[in-house]
Amino acid sequence: MSGEIAEGLRLVATLDLRLWEIVALSLKISLTAVVLATALGLPLGAAVAVVRFPGRDAVIVLLNALMGLPPVVVGLLVYLLLSRAGPLGELGLLFTPGAMVIAQTVLITPIIAALSRQAVADAWREYEEQLRSLGARGVGAALTLVWDIRFSLLTAVLAGLGRASAEVGAVMIVGGNIDGVTRVMTTAIALETSKGDLPLALGLGAVLIAIVLALNAAAFLIKEAAQRRYG
Amino acid sequence: MGLAAAALVGFITVASTTSTEQSGLFKHLLPIFENKTGIQVRVVALGTGQALDMGRRGDADVVFVHARALEEKFIAEGHGVRRFEVMYNDFVLVGPSSDPAGVAGGKDIVQALKIIHTTRAAFVSRGDRSGTHFAELRLWRAAGVDIARDKGPWYRDSGSGMGPTLNTASGMHAYALTDRGTWLTFKNRGKLVIVVEGDRRLFNQYGVILVNPSRHAHVKRQMGQAFIDWLVGREGQEAIAGYKVGGEQLFFPNAEN
Amino acid sequence: MMLPLALDEVSFRDIIKPLSLEIAAGPSTIILGANGAGKSVLMRLMHGLLAPSSGKIFWRSAGRQAMVFQRPVMLRRSALANLVYALELAGVADCERQALEALEEVGLAHLAHRPARVLSGGEQQRLALARAWALHPEVLFLDEPTASLDPSATREIETIIKAFDASGTKVVMATHNLAQAQRLGDEVIYLHQGRVVERAPVAAFFSRPASAEAAAFIKGELPWV
Repeated sequence: MSGEIAEGLRLVATLDLRLWEIVALSLKISLTAVVLATALGLPLGAAVAVVRFPGRDAVIVLLNALMGLPPVVVGLLVYLLLSRAGPLGELGLLFTPGAMVIAQTVLITPIIAALSRQAVADAWREYEEQLRSLGARGVGAALTLVWDIRFSLLTAVLAGLGRASAEVGAVMIVGGNIDGVTRVMTTAIALETSKGDLPLALGLGAVLIAIVLALNAAAFLIKEAAQRRYG
Repeated sequence: MGLAAAALVGFITVASTTSTEQSGLFKHLLPIFENKTGIQVRVVALGTGQALDMGRRGDADVVFVHARALEEKFIAEGHGVRRFEVMYNDFVLVGPSSDPAGVAGGKDIVQALKIIHTTRAAFVSRGDRSGTHFAELRLWRAAGVDIARDKGPWYRDSGSGMGPTLNTASGMHAYALTDRGTWLTFKNRGKLVIVVEGDRRLFNQYGVILVNPSRHAHVKRQMGQAFIDWLVGREGQEAIAGYKVGGEQLFFPNAEN
Repeated sequence: MMLPLALDEVSFRDIIKPLSLEIAAGPSTIILGANGAGKSVLMRLMHGLLAPSSGKIFWRSAGRQAMVFQRPVMLRRSALANLVYALELAGVADCERQALEALEEVGLAHLAHRPARVLSGGEQQRLALARAWALHPEVLFLDEPTASLDPSATREIETIIKAFDASGTKVVMATHNLAQAQRLGDEVIYLHQGRVVERAPVAAFFSRPASAEAAAFIKGELPWV
């Protein structure tokens, strides 16, 4: 097995533009999805943490449950939506990177919402009385809170990014793994494996893992620096 | 070649099969067409059944598969305009070099399957409504075996593409039916070898169909037809014949001209 | 004398039984009682952090209130930035200068740019008082402000509280520390199991408690003194 891994890494190191196009596309899609999912999920999570409304407990349970959405199910649902035979077919989004971004956003918004809700709720318990005593209310208080715990929220965002980078089910179905257009690292690995070209699949896998590791290391260092600076 | 590439004018979506894509044919063929016409061809590779379904939903402009009966049904249903024959390749029966059923070297696929059934030798099927799967079922019928009723633990439905099926067969030391193209590019053979080939009944005919624009208004009729015309025309047919793996030609052009 | 605060038959679940109370401006008021007597809840009702289950609370003036809690809560910013945040919320002009003045008042000017949360417990509590000072509140509520601090930090806090009192801020402080009550208070409201059992000037309360519960509390027969 180590022979195949070595061969895989060598292939990757000497491989052409095509490989790095695949890597670039993977990053573009997952990062875009994470940005959208954060824009949607973070305010949602913060609002659910701070605002009391009837049925809130049910919403919390639902958000937590949706974290476990199977990617392939999300892919199927988005496919049915975007297919020409489906309600949004007119948009012509199926089998484009746009569809992949949509599917991944759907997949990871609950993760970011649920995890940020947890972080904000914990912080709200600590800050609520003091903030209200100072006259901070509603959206203003929530924003102050979110800004204060921004580095903890980075963990939630990273969890979403990790999920998006690693999944293959959703992007395969809505993207179609089209060579040069919608082929990303995970779908390329799936293809090479099914072709029996294991060294190449392993090589791509190594690149994927390296990227995810680098992102996590960066986040860890950022959090450490923040902890030292702000306490 | 020395010819400048044509500027990109648009793209079409072609639903085809995993075995065709994995053979590497498209990587060879499509750049020639794209350079000439400026039309980007985006291939979504699925099983034959799924590819035709994609056409039914209108998610593809052209379908390019290898299951004649299903293709004709597709047209009869009104989803396709007309079927053009393009090329054929062949299937081969692969199996463990130890050959437990004793069929190696034979030229009669139907006979070989009869023996595999009688000896209950391990066999892996794609089981995924693909062209290969339908070809396999046809051959069992020809061998007088009602595979749906007669299958036992010796017969495994992998429900997946050609590559994973071969992976499974390799791992389980089982027989499997595969297209030659996938076999030639498959790198994980283990102890698998070709045991039966050359029987005319193993020939696998490809057809290309334009998805019916009357049914699906957004289908890119002109660009799709341009692709079909090229495939069955002299240039496309020569390009198909020119595709070789390890010096061997995989696909044999046979468009009516 | 202007009445800043009146409670009319205010109750809160079964922690505060319906009580009526008037808090006048001027003398510093100590809310005294054992743990569980309801001091914290009463403070929060008066400051408006809790809504009463029944009854009404009247504020006769619109002056600012501030509250300091047993554990200070600071944002992940510098000491100065925490004060500026509070001042901006209150709509005060020239926030940074006012904030610096408040820091000097409590002796923390040299830590202005230190992250607030790395300061010691005593320093953070002083910072909380500086934050309150900068707002120039009409009323300052304090809920057991030194319960988590060591004696020297406690002394520093008490000095600042006396400064508030001297500057005309009405001080309302909850504590179970008898000696502290005597040092800082002008009058005592004694709370027992959610009821105001006695109210008297400090000297009178400690030398001649009128109620049996207060007498027992002072004598130390209640376990939490």
